[in-house]
Amino acid sequence: MKEIHVSKIIDTIARLCIEACYNVGDDVKALLEKARQHEASPHGKNILDQLLENLRIAHELKLPICQDTGMAVVFLEIGQDVHIVGGDLYEAVHEGVRRGYTEGYLRKSVLSPITRINTGDNTPAVIHTEMVPGDKVKITVAPKGFGSENMSQLKMLKPSDGLEGIKEFILQTVIDAGGNPCPPIIVGVGIGGTMEKAAYMAKKALLRPAGQHNPDPLVAQLEEEMLQAINNTGIGPQGLGGTVTALAVHIETYPTHIAGLPVAVNIQCHAARHSEALL
Amino acid sequence: METKKIFHAPVIHEELNSLKAGDTIYLRGSIITARDAAHKRIYQLLQEGKPLPIELKDQVIYYAGPCPARPGLIIGSCGPTTSSRMDVYTPLLLEHGLKAMIGKGPRSAQVIESMIKHGAVYLAAVGGAGALIASCIKKVEAVAFEDLGPEAIYRMEVEDMPLLVAIDARGNNLYEIGPRQFARI
Repeated sequence: MKEIHVSKIIDTIARLCIEACYNVGDDVKALLEKARQHEASPHGKNILDQLLENLRIAHELKLPICQDTGMAVVFLEIGQDVHIVGGDLYEAVHEGVRRGYTEGYLRKSVLSPITRINTGDNTPAVIHTEMVPGDKVKITVAPKGFGSENMSQLKMLKPSDGLEGIKEFILQTVIDAGGNPCPPIIVGVGIGGTMEKAAYMAKKALLRPAGQHNPDPLVAQLEEEMLQAINNTGIGPQGLGGTVTALAVHIETYPTHIAGLPVAVNIQCHAARHSEALL
Repeated sequence: METKKIFHAPVIHEELNSLKAGDTIYLRGSIITARDAAHKRIYQLLQEGKPLPIELKDQVIYYAGPCPARPGLIIGSCGPTTSSRMDVYTPLLLEHGLKAMIGKGPRSAQVIESMIKHGAVYLAAVGGAGALIASCIKKVEAVAFEDLGPEAIYRMEVEDMPLLVAIDARGNNLYEIGPRQFARI
């Protein structure tokens, strides 16, 4: 059985935290450039220019692209033929986050929800683990800023609400968010399953390369339709008016119960950060 | 080409009154940062009639909590945070002389009403442009609540920080005017 030592997990997580916060992927950058070409509002154009300039400066000065370097959300896809050795896997993830946020000069934004006292090292991470076939471990670090996280919503719709209800809820969530989550945004949606399954799918949808459609043509069509509807709201860059409110809509679905229709909408700002490694 | 409109901090009243929603301005001077936890403390001190560790009169508050500085730089990324979380505290600060706020996202009706009453403006920085804004910050000094870490109050000297007048002192609100202009529904 293949063995992976926790020290390798620690080093990888630390590196991914820094990488994710300093760079936005080429997928997002390409969508921002496309948005700059299509935006009709002069203010909107100016804002998109500043965002592109920001990416250049962040790269040049080795600065995080946004000061909200987030709460670290870590996805582990663990091959069922892998044996993790040398210590506690989850403790290794937290240690990787601790090191990455300290060595990368990232902001420590994590605190007790009751006392509001900062933990001082951005731990704990939020960890999602999935078992998969094979002998590899895939690690994805997705630092999540809360300007956008705060604007996310979940609703247990009724079966009678149907597809129209789903569309209405997604659109209303974006309208309620307005300029708060730093548009242009990426919208992650989970439809079906149970309450937590819908939320998990919405989050996981954000890991897809920005703008890549769901392989199911019906869902892909819904993504395209929602993107149009969102960009017709006029919210625009930073909520100050314009034709580009979202860069992409990513929808995941799962079968649900005869009595229910859970829908979760996870809003992601343009700093759509995630880095991954395969061990 | 349009000339660069400079706005100074602490505010000069004639400059402030000339600002119109939609104006692009470049901020120069001395501002202070305060976000959630610092606002809560300032609000409590004001309510209890106790002295503040900072002056509010004619000041510009920037809703921001920077990243730590890497060696060789004076500050890390330092973009704006969501202003609406400060809405509950803002009218009391305006009553005590605060004249301009820098943040991102819309403000509540109560805040706008209080801004009109006290002649204050709300300036939008581009959320997510933390590295670009950091390059406009020339000096930084922690001045209060240092135990709050990234939420401490810092005094910053800024040079030509690019901002958009989002809500002017007469209550004209670009968060309403702008989207209405581009809505296609």
